[in-house]
Amino acid sequence: MPENCIYIARSSAIAARALAGEMMVMNSADSTFFTLNEVASAIFQAADGRTPLRDIVRDRVCGQFDVDPEQAQADAEQFITELSSHGILLVSNQPLSSQTSRETPR
Amino acid sequence: MTEPRQVACVEIGGIPIALATSDQPFLDLLRRRYDGFLSSSRPEFELEFDLISAGSASADDVRVRRNTDADQWILERGDFRARWDPRTGRGRVRQNANPYSLDSVLRILHSLILAERGGFLLHAASAICEGRAYLFSGVSGAGKTTMTRLAPPNITLLTDEISYLRPSPGGYAAFGTPFSGELAKAGENCTAPVAALFFLEQGPENKIDELPPAEAVRRLMRNILFFAEDHNLAEKLLATACDFVARVPIRRLTFYPDTRVWDLVRNFDRNFKRKFEPDFDRNFVGNLKEVPEHA
Repeated sequence: MPENCIYIARSSAIAARALAGEMMVMNSADSTFFTLNEVASAIFQAADGRTPLRDIVRDRVCGQFDVDPEQAQADAEQFITELSSHGILLVSNQPLSSQTSRETPR
Repeated sequence: MTEPRQVACVEIGGIPIALATSDQPFLDLLRRRYDGFLSSSRPEFELEFDLISAGSASADDVRVRRNTDADQWILERGDFRARWDPRTGRGRVRQNANPYSLDSVLRILHSLILAERGGFLLHAASAICEGRAYLFSGVSGAGKTTMTRLAPPNITLLTDEISYLRPSPGGYAAFGTPFSGELAKAGENCTAPVAALFFLEQGPENKIDELPPAEAVRRLMRNILFFAEDHNLAEKLLATACDFVARVPIRRLTFYPDTRVWDLVRNFDRNFKRKFEPDFDRNFVGNLKEVPEHA
């Protein structure tokens, strides 16, 4: 999948809350639990299904953290692959329905 | 001829549940098992038991899900199948007559009720010392039962296995449960405000360390008993865990297994209260029995 076509959305089957700069994410289907660091939280919160991953990395990661853009993109793709394998994120090469992404986690 | 239906009301965590059966030996079994938690309160919920010959118990294959057509909960494991309707508060259980199945059904039912009410069951030992409840959680073998064995004689054991927690005006309250672990001894049926939750690790010396809030939530979530495949309850539970971390001191307790660790625990609470909670005890209102005199 070409990187400029990746769209990501938060699954509707998760519960999430921000705490002290980290995001707590629980998959309600199997009760698995994850904590995301600051960078991962920024990507997760921006996963609205409409914004390409490339733009999320540029605006929310490279614009906020001191990281190499190419490395940031590679890390982001690895991160979304892992979270999608746990049913936390949905990944597509087309924009995703807004029904999959609930409101931004608190 | 069908035997008459009889009821025993079992009140754990201040929530009375009527257990109904027409099988006299099973009634005797549950009365023995929950002796100390039998209640004359008006039941909030009712479970009716049908005894069957079922498969063996396995902790791994439990499923708790909503039947979307009837808005009922379905609780299933190899040794039981139950339906429970939260709107009417009534349910029906088909299980074999062993007490472990009975314990499991009750634990799952309480976990569902508590999740709606901002509480939870925690894989932790708990005990009351000087009117305050201390919780000790950790992986299997971390020392939960050891902490209860090392406790001074004036403590009241709430459980060595499954702690019962509900929100209270001053924070959270811990309640005794009949659910026992290695000690094979039910806890006392009483309650106290939670002073602290310690995640246990054994080491060469006794010490207490801070845990960052996110790490505290992560550890807490790992040890909460939650079985339901349900998005709304998962959201509530996560919110409850974050609230608990905000309102209850949570620390890592590294301990060498001798009785001095309890001095450290008590001193921690005294120092913490002096620093942060001058009004805590005045604000707390218990909602079950008073803590026994010796506690």
